[in-house]
Amino acid sequence: MSEKPRPPILELVVVRTKEFLRETEAMFWVFGFPLLLALALGFAFRAKAPDKIPIGVVAGPHAQEHAAALAKSPVLLPRVYSVEEGRNALRLGRISLLVDDGPTFRFDPTRPDSRTARIEADDALEAAAGRRDVLHPHEEKVTQQGSRYIDFLMPGLVGMNLMSTGMWGMGFAIVNARMRKLLKRLVATPMRKSHYILSFFLGRMIWLTLEVVVLVLFGWLVFGVRVNGSIALLTLVCLVGGYGFSGLGLLLASRVKTIEAISGLMNLVMVPMWICSGVFFSYERFPDAVKPLIRALPLTALNDALRAVINDAAGFPQVMMPIIVLAAWGIVGFAIGIRIFKWQ
Amino acid sequence: MTSAAVECRDLRKHYADVKAVDGLDLQVERGECFGLLGPNGAGKTTTIEILEGLTVPDSGRVEILGMNWSDSERALRETIGISLQETQLPEKLTVFEIVRLFRSFYRDGRDPDDLLRDLSLDEKRNARYGKLSGGQKQRLAVACALIGNPQILFLDEPTTGLDPQSRLQLWEVVARFRKTGGTVLLTTHYMEEAERLCDRIAIIDHGKRISLGTPAELIAKLEARNIIEFTSEPELPEDTFRAICQGCTKHRDRWQLRVDSLADAVPQLLAIIEKRGAKLVTLSTHAATLEDVFVSLTGRELRDV
Repeated sequence: MSEKPRPPILELVVVRTKEFLRETEAMFWVFGFPLLLALALGFAFRAKAPDKIPIGVVAGPHAQEHAAALAKSPVLLPRVYSVEEGRNALRLGRISLLVDDGPTFRFDPTRPDSRTARIEADDALEAAAGRRDVLHPHEEKVTQQGSRYIDFLMPGLVGMNLMSTGMWGMGFAIVNARMRKLLKRLVATPMRKSHYILSFFLGRMIWLTLEVVVLVLFGWLVFGVRVNGSIALLTLVCLVGGYGFSGLGLLLASRVKTIEAISGLMNLVMVPMWICSGVFFSYERFPDAVKPLIRALPLTALNDALRAVINDAAGFPQVMMPIIVLAAWGIVGFAIGIRIFKWQ
Repeated sequence: MTSAAVECRDLRKHYADVKAVDGLDLQVERGECFGLLGPNGAGKTTTIEILEGLTVPDSGRVEILGMNWSDSERALRETIGISLQETQLPEKLTVFEIVRLFRSFYRDGRDPDDLLRDLSLDEKRNARYGKLSGGQKQRLAVACALIGNPQILFLDEPTTGLDPQSRLQLWEVVARFRKTGGTVLLTTHYMEEAERLCDRIAIIDHGKRISLGTPAELIAKLEARNIIEFTSEPELPEDTFRAICQGCTKHRDRWQLRVDSLADAVPQLLAIIEKRGAKLVTLSTHAATLEDVFVSLTGRELRDV
């Protein structure tokens, strides 16, 4: 009559999954938030004709003449200012270059747009003054799929999401259960402790698969970001990534007693990785000296591997190193986390 | 000879500056309902958690059904059921899901639906834990303790904070479990609960056992079957009525006298008050209870400690 009880590990995973499904907020952070972020950033940085660069011309005897010559450039948007207005506009960054009557170019050489404006303005004024161009190079314009910002961003978002959900999925739930004395109640039963921790990990892996599928499909359907490499390898990278961050999440949550403490600890660990690990921009800009350190971070390893597979169609040998780094984080996290874990 | 259900000898557990348990001996027989009675902070929870194998004592010996925690943890976990003082089960899971989860941990156990019926939780079967009343939550906690079909049930303050109706329901659950031959060890600071449920009681204070016996034996130890409580204006000093009672305790301006016969003592007391020219403000009497035992042993009341 009564159904046979299911094995405890299965029961634990089922319960974890149900709890999560019923947690509307958690669902948003796992699925809604990264999609919104991808949508916002994808549109903000979508490939389009670059805007014209606003520049200023200081009022004077030759101002109108200069402005007309500069307006012929396809990239410049000149406007006439009084001396004071013009200097202010330059200082505040509203214009990238100010042309004095001389003509004199006034600009900040550390700003790339100012350097472009200077070259373009020089070109336009020289041509207006009668310079003859002799070479006339042929131009070929290429805006290729795979080299757009969104192509760079999507794998980064997948990586960031795997990190956040992996860490929070383990950390928050464990600390919450400890705070509610649920852990203590559970170890008062014959439940095997390893089953409990394993159930968190397995629950994570189920959600992780869904998250990645949703994000990758979204990137493909909305922005045309293709997975150029093999799906099998992508799956492997994601699973090892999920393992690495689950281990790290367990480690952080192993002794913490309050939600406030675990939130602080999580942010302490995750925020530097959001910045350094190449989610939104490449970490190539960091000094060479710190790069080995950055590459040892789990999110860097995951992002590198994801980009290699998704953008560059890399094979296993190219992503072996990041996979080893991720696996190492997972092994260390679980080994230490389980050893120092506090059940009460 | 079969071993006792629960036995401990010279149990000690000290925290930084508190001797939570300070040399405790207990023996709970099989089929018995045994109560640890004492005020908050007396060491009841530390004691029961040591017996449950959740806290390791500094010293002392614990045997449950003849087994000890270091050698037979898994076997013991299968044979005892525990309700902790303040466990919160997962808010988003339903009553049935929680019981089924706990059922999966035990090799043998009861059918979740049968058990929920026994505890009058069948109507709440599909309600989420977060939506339950205090009494329902507590009964569910006991359901989780009973699901593995235990021989011994440990209950740490099972009815604290519950309304009288819920308390009665829980007492019935305990009574039914005992009918099947189960042993119960519970802590409480409710005298009424201890008197109603327990065959024997150990009164605990400052980590020590200060008295042990059946409720009737403990009350008999007072050698005074009745209690007179009175206040007077002005207050009377103790020596004026010391001769007419077995013992007395003072709570703020209220004197509590332990007496054998109300018929003798009350007129004597009134005469003394009149002779001293004082005025009686309040007067009440009741038959001695465990509460009075506790007061006579510690000089303090249970509730306001």
